[in-house]
Amino acid sequence: MNQPLIKARDLHKYYPVKSGFLQADKSLQALSGASFDLYAGQTLAVVGESGCGKSTLARLLTLIENPTAGQLTLDGIDVSMAADSATKKQLRQTVQMVFQDPFGSLNPRQKIGDILQEPLIINTNMTAEQRKQEVLTMMARVGLRDEHFHRYPHMFSGGQRQRIAIARALILKPKIVVLDEPVSALDVSIQAQVLNLLIELQQEMGLAYVFISHDLSVVQHIADQVLVMYLGKPVEQGASEAVFSNPQHPYTQALLSATPQANTERKRQRIKLIGELPSPLNPPTGCTFHPRCQHATAQCKTITPEMEPRGDVSVACLLVK
Amino acid sequence: MTTTTATPSPAATTSQSVRQQQWREFWFYFSASKTAVAGLVFLIGVILVALFADFISPHLPAEQYREFAETPPAWMEGGQMRFFLGTDYAGRDMLSRIIHGARLSLLAGCIVVLLAASIGIFLGLVAGFKGGWVETIIMRVMDTIMAVPGLLMALVLVALLGPGLLNAMVAIAITYMPSFVRLARASTINEMNRDYVTASRVAGAGPLRLMFIRILPNCMAPLIVQGTLSFSTAILDTAALGFLGMGAQAPLPEWGTLIAENRDLMLSAPWTVTFPGIAILLAVLAINLMGDGLRDALDPKLKRS
Amino acid sequence: MALLDICNLSVEFATAHGALKAVDGVDLKLDEGEIVAIVGESGSGKSVAMLALMGLLPWTAKVTADRMLFDGQDLLTMSAKQRRKIIGKDISMIFQEPMTSLNPCFSVGHQISEVLAQHFGGSRRSHKARTIELLQQVGIPAAEARLKAYPHQLSGGMCQRVMIAMMIACQPKLLIADEPTTALDVTIQAQILELLVELQQANGMALVLITHDMAVVAETADRVVVQYAGQQVEQRAVKDLFENPRHPYTQALLRALPEHSQGELLNAIPGVVPGQLDRPVGCLFNPRCEHVQEHCRQTPPTRNEDILCHYPLPLAGQKL
Repeated sequence: MNQPLIKARDLHKYYPVKSGFLQADKSLQALSGASFDLYAGQTLAVVGESGCGKSTLARLLTLIENPTAGQLTLDGIDVSMAADSATKKQLRQTVQMVFQDPFGSLNPRQKIGDILQEPLIINTNMTAEQRKQEVLTMMARVGLRDEHFHRYPHMFSGGQRQRIAIARALILKPKIVVLDEPVSALDVSIQAQVLNLLIELQQEMGLAYVFISHDLSVVQHIADQVLVMYLGKPVEQGASEAVFSNPQHPYTQALLSATPQANTERKRQRIKLIGELPSPLNPPTGCTFHPRCQHATAQCKTITPEMEPRGDVSVACLLVK
Repeated sequence: MTTTTATPSPAATTSQSVRQQQWREFWFYFSASKTAVAGLVFLIGVILVALFADFISPHLPAEQYREFAETPPAWMEGGQMRFFLGTDYAGRDMLSRIIHGARLSLLAGCIVVLLAASIGIFLGLVAGFKGGWVETIIMRVMDTIMAVPGLLMALVLVALLGPGLLNAMVAIAITYMPSFVRLARASTINEMNRDYVTASRVAGAGPLRLMFIRILPNCMAPLIVQGTLSFSTAILDTAALGFLGMGAQAPLPEWGTLIAENRDLMLSAPWTVTFPGIAILLAVLAINLMGDGLRDALDPKLKRS
Repeated sequence: MALLDICNLSVEFATAHGALKAVDGVDLKLDEGEIVAIVGESGSGKSVAMLALMGLLPWTAKVTADRMLFDGQDLLTMSAKQRRKIIGKDISMIFQEPMTSLNPCFSVGHQISEVLAQHFGGSRRSHKARTIELLQQVGIPAAEARLKAYPHQLSGGMCQRVMIAMMIACQPKLLIADEPTTALDVTIQAQILELLVELQQANGMALVLITHDMAVVAETADRVVVQYAGQQVEQRAVKDLFENPRHPYTQALLRALPEHSQGELLNAIPGVVPGQLDRPVGCLFNPRCEHVQEHCRQTPPTRNEDILCHYPLPLAGQKL
């Protein structure tokens, strides 16, 4: 088996938060201990609600920020050692990102042609003519027409902008693409088009996707592996079929039962989650999920569970044997 | 409300036609305000007058007709068509002096705004982008400048640099810088968190590229409006300094200086101070109206469709 | 008598590029206690139609209808003053972004009391008591302590509950919810939807739920209205619609859902929703329709049993 494109081991990211003049800085534990391997041509879905740390993970993987602790290897290169600009430049061509908001991720004052050429200008030595050709090829690949080259983002619909964002991410021919809720802001019919495009491109170019989403029906369709996160900690992880058919962590079960399905017959027993998401500045002791968990016991308040393999998946729960 | 799809504009294939379309859209919003268009027309008139001053003005501005000193305007008793708006204490034609003064006032406005805006925007971008102690130093210096009343500070600076139109313009520019710095900094901080800046960063853009090529164009709208309004205030302040004798020195026909020169004649020959005053009033009014229209046209939140 | 009776509602906006018909011939009849979902994608005009009903559109909008009656009163010819008496009291609306729908400068208790004062008058103490009652009704724990909280101190789900409390304060007969849960996490979404249905049943309110999420519709609504590019293309009972969609757009929409995919790729609908400037001749859906015929390309369809199609899909067991 060839080397994984991403090797993440126990990634942590804390942000110091000032809390008053004389008090010590608190730390916001945005991400506490994510580990996974991702191979070419595979999709890892990161699932969770607000504050679960998925955006932080995206920022770490795209090298916008450095992890506070843990190891991260991208395409064989250890990111913590990538201090010099040459390695950073090379890594930039390995990992790219597609953002959630199709309206905000494109510079409104730049024409599409310029937006797509920018990564080439910064990272390659192509001539203007070569760049234009490259851009036009990529535009055709994502379903845009030549005449769109000179237009501004506001002249396009949401789905088209997301295609432009995908073209921009792929123009440097990366191996890994991090997609942060790429279809959440799109209509269902456009969502299907864009997802199909992503799937086709993945097959064509052998890309590895890290697909961040809160929409479980989309995730179920596209993911090979799933990582479920809650308040910065992974709670369940494994092959997507295994996780969806037999969720073991109470949070995963609650998420799945809360997701509506387009089926009038289904009378689901919704697992009610009590209370609201706790503040990440003040996470609960022991298992962070225990205040909202139906099955919480006394030991859940004191012992923090680790991810343990249980059959096909790994689960961080004291009650799963 | 749910987000609506942006209606794709009609086929704009070339770079040129895209730009034309943008101008057309801009004009649609700008021309919705009749007063803004009136302001623009008047301003264009002033600019033309200033450009062709040598051809339009009936006399040389510095030429003195001693025998005709303090002649009233043509429609009053004792006036003549030759000196349509009358003459001042030295017999110089008011109309010609006002026409030539337009040049100086416009020049003052331009130079002040250019100086204040270019330095101010640069400092604001750097402050917003870098943060930390750089930002603190820049903002505190600007706060200090703002704490002193504008005209007083200009007076002090001119007293240090010596009276004269150019020094007056530099002094006024310094007092206008803080507003540009604040606007640029606020816009930069806003834009910095947007996804497209992150996308540029992920593509590898360095700080200079990010600041000037990516972020700056998106901050231009409030800066343009501020520039327009500063233009009119600059004309006023230049006139004020001229009136106080610290700006343009006689015999330069700057409008404020005109009023200063003829101060003693306010009651006996009121036309010598009234007409320069009206010129200042109309020019400033026109620019402000135009600036209002510009803001409405450039502010995306006020867009109606 | 139906609670809400709208016939042939159309809304036209004056824009830089000419007139834009955002809503084109929408009919809606609603009885007390019914839950109707209006489903559509961007540009379908679903929000605009309801905003027209409430009178919340900008001056550039021209609203026309054959009939727009609420509880027997004509909303079209009503004066602004009369309208203000009804809006907020008998008809209420909650919006998509809970954090920005509340005024950030005033506390939550103040905003709810304001609604009560506007429509009922009375003392501040009675308002306070009713406000606490309302907050408890929408499931906000420690209601009395929350009266002084500001919107930015509350989470998205809490803000939406406050909005709901505000909107049911006057016990409206009709509540319009415009994408109330789109901006919320999925577990909170489930809680809010459940709350809406509970309140609706307890107060006998009619509920209009505007959404783009078919799954939410399946689990919540009695009747469904499907809109496309401003037009109403299908209106059926929810069970019938999901089992047997009769308009090609509805069928395509259901098939495009990830849960209905067969194989690797999803069943995407080719093309895009027509905008202002590229509206097709004939049926608006024809460029994207799987079952399109020549007739569809020439002539706009008329409504036939609540379905806007020349050739509606057959019911199960029915021959074409």
